[in-house]
Amino acid sequence: MQTPTTTDPRFLRAPPRRGIALSWRDPTVRAVFWQVVILGLVGLGIWWLVDNTMRNLEVRKIATGFGFLEREAGLPIGESLIPYSPADTYFRALTVGVLNTLRVAIIGAVLATILGTVIGIARLSRNWLVAKCAAVYVEVLRDLPLLLQLLFWYALLQGLPGPRQALNPFGSVYLSNRGIKFPWIEWQEAHTAALIALVVGAIVTWGLSRLFTARQMATGVRPRLWPWAIVLLVGLPLGVWWAMGAPFTVDRPVLRGFNFRGGGTITPEFAALLFGLVLYTAAFIAEIVRAGILAVHQGQWEAAAALGLSRGQQLRLVILPQALRVIIPPMTSQYLNITKNSSLAVAIGYQDIVSIANTTINQTGQAIEGIAIIMMVYLTISLSISLFMNWYNARIALKER
Amino acid sequence: MTPPSAEAATLGAAPAIERRPPSFALGPIAWLRANLFSSWLSTAVTLLLAYFLVSWTLSFLNWAVVNAIWDVPGTGQQVDTSACRAARGEGACWALIGEKYRFILFGLYPFDEQWRPALVVVIFVALYVISAMRRFWRKELALIWLAALTAIGVLMWGGVFGLPYVEQERWGGLVITLILATFGIAFAFPLSILVALGRRQTSMPAVKALCVVYIELIRGVPLISLLFMASVMFPLFLPEGMNIDKLLRAQIAIILFAAAYLAEVVRGGLQAIPKGQYEAADALGLTYWQKTGLIILPQALKISIPPLVNTFIGMFKDTSLVLIIGIYDLLNTAKTSIIEPAWQGFGVEAYLFVAAIYFVFCFAMSKYSQDLERELDKGRRR
Repeated sequence: MQTPTTTDPRFLRAPPRRGIALSWRDPTVRAVFWQVVILGLVGLGIWWLVDNTMRNLEVRKIATGFGFLEREAGLPIGESLIPYSPADTYFRALTVGVLNTLRVAIIGAVLATILGTVIGIARLSRNWLVAKCAAVYVEVLRDLPLLLQLLFWYALLQGLPGPRQALNPFGSVYLSNRGIKFPWIEWQEAHTAALIALVVGAIVTWGLSRLFTARQMATGVRPRLWPWAIVLLVGLPLGVWWAMGAPFTVDRPVLRGFNFRGGGTITPEFAALLFGLVLYTAAFIAEIVRAGILAVHQGQWEAAAALGLSRGQQLRLVILPQALRVIIPPMTSQYLNITKNSSLAVAIGYQDIVSIANTTINQTGQAIEGIAIIMMVYLTISLSISLFMNWYNARIALKER
Repeated sequence: MTPPSAEAATLGAAPAIERRPPSFALGPIAWLRANLFSSWLSTAVTLLLAYFLVSWTLSFLNWAVVNAIWDVPGTGQQVDTSACRAARGEGACWALIGEKYRFILFGLYPFDEQWRPALVVVIFVALYVISAMRRFWRKELALIWLAALTAIGVLMWGGVFGLPYVEQERWGGLVITLILATFGIAFAFPLSILVALGRRQTSMPAVKALCVVYIELIRGVPLISLLFMASVMFPLFLPEGMNIDKLLRAQIAIILFAAAYLAEVVRGGLQAIPKGQYEAADALGLTYWQKTGLIILPQALKISIPPLVNTFIGMFKDTSLVLIIGIYDLLNTAKTSIIEPAWQGFGVEAYLFVAAIYFVFCFAMSKYSQDLERELDKGRRR
């Protein structure tokens, strides 16, 4: 019974087909057929919607196109990073909106990362009270809608007394329903120069740090960095500022009539939005950080302890660098979330891109263009964050041999 | 420390090493030493935190209970809230909740008919509880959902069985939040499965591209932009004379939004299924839909249940965004309840009230998801 019968499918090929035989049994034919059907249906649906829209626009005599961007906006904006007046164009107004969105998103992302990391580590603390407090924080903040939290903080800030009875926790800092007022130095060229010096110092320090690491790799001895760091990060900016005459005048907020004059201001809208976003996102980041640290093998802690590192050093030098690999991908989506969630600003009157585009839609009636602008802005920001985080992720990823 | 040689010499007749009595190694005092006062830094942190916790709790209790105003004279337009205004900052004004809770929970639904939305809320909660129990996870559950949703529609609209008709514009409060969330899940979930399957079709590049564009486009923009689209752009999309009311438009936007996020979760589950399962199904000669429905999806969905529940929680919270386009959900009724001059400035109380409601729903879901994850994990680990 050793007859070699070939039932192996590899040897049972169908004879090569001649010509084109369209058969329903051919998976390729079916795939092409269904794709044509599905694409056709979707295309038909889109064509129907576009056709309806064109007809409706014509009936309602709504202009199309982005020509309105050149027209005068006439909408007042409370806070702006670039000079702006209602006489400027819609384009400039929308630019102000984009900058306001970026401002709250960037500051929010930085603060939420710091707070979230602290709380995530606190939740793993050996101190029972600290761990429980962090756990309660995460559970409560995560389970309440962000919009509710924003409205709550805004209501709380609005409930503060007026400027005349402003709370004065310390120094010249005033809390009132008009926002937070604090003293601020009068900005001059010397300050800008000092800031540039600080940036240069930071870059040189970073370069030195890399150089020293290279020397440590070669010789085993790491030169001390901190004296250089102090000179470069503190000495250099101070020296530049001193050389330019050391101007220093503090602009203190003073009550004049019904409101404060001078000083720096954080508006209640911005404060409520930033506060809400940071506290809410920090709860999610805390969970990500905690999961990342737990994902590092227990043996790593023990090995680090065996080397004589303190618990802080174990965390900083051994655990966190490894945890980062687990942390970065979900962190990316949190940064995307904080950017998208900043659009809730419209509910409390902070003028971000959504708020200004919404006003634009109401004033011009050009809903399609307005919403297209909102979507384009967010898609661009989302894509940029994704690209940056992917690059960073690739950089810190485990270098396999 | 004694050198080993000395130790060895005195071995045998050595006095017993002084050990702490066991009461310090076990029991509450040992627990305190280990978990609260293990080092001077830990002790300092514990004391500082305890001080803040106690002082904050005391001042909160002072505000929320001791100095709170529970009742004010008059109702409706003639209400006299001067007692609340006087206690502003020192005591909470719970009289607002006593006066407005019917509005916050049920919106402008006719006062005498408000037992209907109340019953609807009960049906919703019962539906959630039944769906959460594993012994009900079978095909009949779909029928239960269908029956419950029909009953909800009948109760809310009325017009039959002697129930007076209530137009949809008057619905509001908790019911709207539950409707948006539940119908959102009920429709987004099947859609998300289709999209997730479509995204994995390597043999149909056009379908795959369509699904990828849909998912990435929706996930790249905030929900608000979709709600704006639903509220101002949607009427332009439809032929003249055809009109869809605002709640339905918002519901469609929420479904489209949620489906994109759910699809990514389902895709994660699909990716976790080993290739052998697909090949085994093919070897049995199953068609694509048999393979997907009988072999792949039951396993993939089981893996993705915990993240699915987390997405549901997110959706439940996100329904509050309809406030921005002027739909009276739970959050918007709370916001509106303090618009009357008499009640202006008592937002904190109103928001705390609805926060408690949101928290109960979301916390229950998140605890459920954690328990389920543990239970499913147990089965897998064996």
